[in-house]
Amino acid sequence: MMQTYKEPTPAEIRDHKIYLPWGLTEAEYELVCQKLDRLPNYTETGLFAAMWSEHCSYKKSKPVLRTFWSKNERVLQGPGEGAGILDIGDNQAVVFKAESHNHPSAVEPYEGAATGVGGILRDIFSMGAQPIAVLDSLRFGEIDNERTKYLINEVIAGIAGYGNAIGIPTVGGEIAFDKTYAGNPLVNVMAVGLLDQDAMKVGQARGVDNSILYVGAKTGRDGIHGATFASAAFSDEEESDRSAVQVGDPFTEKLVMDATIAIVKRYPEDVIGIQDMGAAGLVSSSAEMASKAGMGVHLNLDLVPQRETQMTPYELMLSESQERMLLVIKKGSEAKAVELFAEYGLDAVVIGKVTDDGMYRLDFNGEVVAEINAQDLTTAPKYNLPALKPERLKNADKNQFVPKIEDLKQTFLQILQQATIASKASLYRHFDSMVQTNTVVNPGSDAAVVRIRGTKKALAMTTDVNGRYLYLDPFVGGQMAMAEAARNIIASGALPIGITDCLNFGNPENPEVYYELAQSVAGINKMAQALNTPVISGNVSLYNEYNDEAIYPTPMVGMVGLHTDNHTITTQGFKQAGDAIYVVGETTAAFNGSEIQKMQTGSVAGQLFAFDADAELRNQKLVLTAIEAGLVASAHDLSEGGLAVGLAEAAFAKHLGFDVQFDLSDDLLFSETQSRFVISVTPSKQAAFEALMAANAQLVGQVTDTPSFKVTTQTSTVEILENEAYTSWKDAIGWLLK
Amino acid sequence: MKAAVITFPGSNCDLDMYHALVDEFQVDTEIIPATVTDLSQYDAIFIPGGFSYGDYLRTGAIARFAPVMAAIKEADNQGKLIVGICNGFQILTEAGLLPGALQTNTKPGFICDTTGLNVVNQTSKFTNAFTKATVKFPIAHGEGNYFVDDATLATMQANHQILFTYTDNPNGSVADIAGVTNANGNVFGMMPHPERAVDELIGNIDGRAFFASIIASLVNQQEATKA
Repeated sequence: MMQTYKEPTPAEIRDHKIYLPWGLTEAEYELVCQKLDRLPNYTETGLFAAMWSEHCSYKKSKPVLRTFWSKNERVLQGPGEGAGILDIGDNQAVVFKAESHNHPSAVEPYEGAATGVGGILRDIFSMGAQPIAVLDSLRFGEIDNERTKYLINEVIAGIAGYGNAIGIPTVGGEIAFDKTYAGNPLVNVMAVGLLDQDAMKVGQARGVDNSILYVGAKTGRDGIHGATFASAAFSDEEESDRSAVQVGDPFTEKLVMDATIAIVKRYPEDVIGIQDMGAAGLVSSSAEMASKAGMGVHLNLDLVPQRETQMTPYELMLSESQERMLLVIKKGSEAKAVELFAEYGLDAVVIGKVTDDGMYRLDFNGEVVAEINAQDLTTAPKYNLPALKPERLKNADKNQFVPKIEDLKQTFLQILQQATIASKASLYRHFDSMVQTNTVVNPGSDAAVVRIRGTKKALAMTTDVNGRYLYLDPFVGGQMAMAEAARNIIASGALPIGITDCLNFGNPENPEVYYELAQSVAGINKMAQALNTPVISGNVSLYNEYNDEAIYPTPMVGMVGLHTDNHTITTQGFKQAGDAIYVVGETTAAFNGSEIQKMQTGSVAGQLFAFDADAELRNQKLVLTAIEAGLVASAHDLSEGGLAVGLAEAAFAKHLGFDVQFDLSDDLLFSETQSRFVISVTPSKQAAFEALMAANAQLVGQVTDTPSFKVTTQTSTVEILENEAYTSWKDAIGWLLK
Repeated sequence: MKAAVITFPGSNCDLDMYHALVDEFQVDTEIIPATVTDLSQYDAIFIPGGFSYGDYLRTGAIARFAPVMAAIKEADNQGKLIVGICNGFQILTEAGLLPGALQTNTKPGFICDTTGLNVVNQTSKFTNAFTKATVKFPIAHGEGNYFVDDATLATMQANHQILFTYTDNPNGSVADIAGVTNANGNVFGMMPHPERAVDELIGNIDGRAFFASIIASLVNQQEATKA
């Protein structure tokens, strides 16, 4: 017989401060006692610790998050629900959100990444939407050690293992490498779903006596205190807490997904609310549903399906077992809901009901084990943390780095081999990008494009951010993350319509980190308004540190664009020899924070180069107009590695060559000036294209069928074999991972 | 012609197969759950890709015990056309309706790509409409490494049961085999996905000849029955 674990009494909790390791501070504990007007018991203390963690409450980032612009004519649902929703016409809507799984992936990369995919998909289908695509934004350390290689291989395998099995295509994303992420990799997953507006559901527990239905996998002891774990930093001294990582089962998730979408379609009137059990599991989902509706809930924990024996209320409430959903079902409709889930072989159990006294009440073994005002539980104290401009920004060298180029050909080939620039095909080929047979543009172009079956419409999607830019200037770097995401969407021929984000930062109690967070958000927000792309959902991941060293500020931007007619879908690759090549936008010396600075000096430094928002908006608008007018054969955004990389990537798609001439010095081929595109145009369309673009596009050469890149600058003429360039670019990651 | 697309818990290419048959070839098609025990009204049966029962234990190993499998065997006895794609191929080999077995790719890991295929035999019920000797089909699998012993391989070759081989073997399959039939020529399985290659917008229509072949075979069969 197993020994029954004896929980500490309320007085012992107070005297021994056992709440401290759970992340609740002494002041917060005092506040809990005040709210309750008594000492909290063990279960209640656990509920508060989880619900008041940064991961669940955003208590430290909220003053910044509140500034996000999140309303325009398209927004049907902004931040605060499982995912944001935008109107895309014809009574259809696109649903999307991104989420980080950085901490779990650092200690258990396969399951961490896999459950990251599972969690974000539940956010999408909890709105009643059918997930149609997944994108991954990954950051690792330099590929020069076994640990990093292990992390890369396992994260990729985890995403593949979950995403492929559940049958949602992984269509895009980006992967970059920098030593700043060595001890704390970033695994951000974005999911996109499609919804008939009539089927839209939110996570609210409305209507007294309606039933709370638990659906999906049984509850075990995995992931207890995952939310608290995600709100702490890593170091060498502390053993990583593996038990806080959950284990995923994509097979069950697929059943839960299909059944949840089916119940919304079959019984739209009977499903009042849906919420997934993500961070802080049962407590978070049920308390948030109650609090958002201004109601209470009363749960009987004896009814919770359990896969382990002798689980305590504390464990049941804080478990982060995966593949579980909570639904609010209209009183009287429980039986047909349970029957529908049974068709999918799933457990569905009524575990409680909605009450009108605003109390969050839990019964276990015939006793009340928690009785808390639901609003108190979901309203953590807010912190206005101090912000301080980091020294490195105050004293940044205003001069731009000057690359040393002795042999243009060598530098050209060398930059193509940098891990961040090189082809990621050897990694993303493990992801099923085609299942559902809607993927029009597969991974490897600027933005992925997924058609909407039965319509002329398609959705473009991308994730972007360059942490090096933000490290040198969080505000301007934030603007640039938005600008690049929008250029990717535009280059695919779509109109950017909205964004989600994952704000990956260090410890916000460090005033310099808080400054970075606030400035990044301000930069993103400014461009979001300028681009008319509201911030409709998002996620914050703080405490991304290793040995007290924060990662570069890395606010990932996930952007979605709309093709109203799929004839505008454009890819980055040159199409045929003889097409004219144009560069849109000015090329200036933009090297601080660039790939070539990193390549030649080992790090990035100095004041970030300037960003011209007006030029950005003008060039984007012109390119989209040209694409819509049918004047463009290919369009590619210029970003890391500049003209050299942009031209090479455009040529690789069909193994074509190019012959280009620039009135520029050699180094400017690698400049990362924003607001630029490489466009190819069929000769018959050149006159119309030039008339439209005027001085904003410059003819630089032609696409050729000779398999070589001929580049002439003010001082050099080089010819590089396409095959040599392609091999350098394609095989670099494989070689590094060997 | 009436087609059934069988869906097991965990199948995830069922809708893709359905759309290929219905949207591109206007075939009267129904999606049939694996609990169904009577398939007598269908002329052709398609077992789609995915991860039936999570592919736990071994790919296709649990699906072979599903109730619908008896009906599929009955359809085979009647000489009806049965197609298994990807996981469907794995299920058909597990169930003994096709020779051989599918193992983990030589280089372990799931691969999603487009691969070249030789159409080895252009006279079968599944390949009669192919006009090109090589085509490009998408692949998406981690366990597509086809194995069959030497004796069986020799019989299959003599019998013209090998319909497709890889031009650039992606998974280590014996004799580069990508798709095979049973000895009777009415059951076919392949790892590549023809249903992902039927729509111009998606960028590949090489799979259309596969469906056209099946439809032509069924029309011939029906005419033969009438006459």
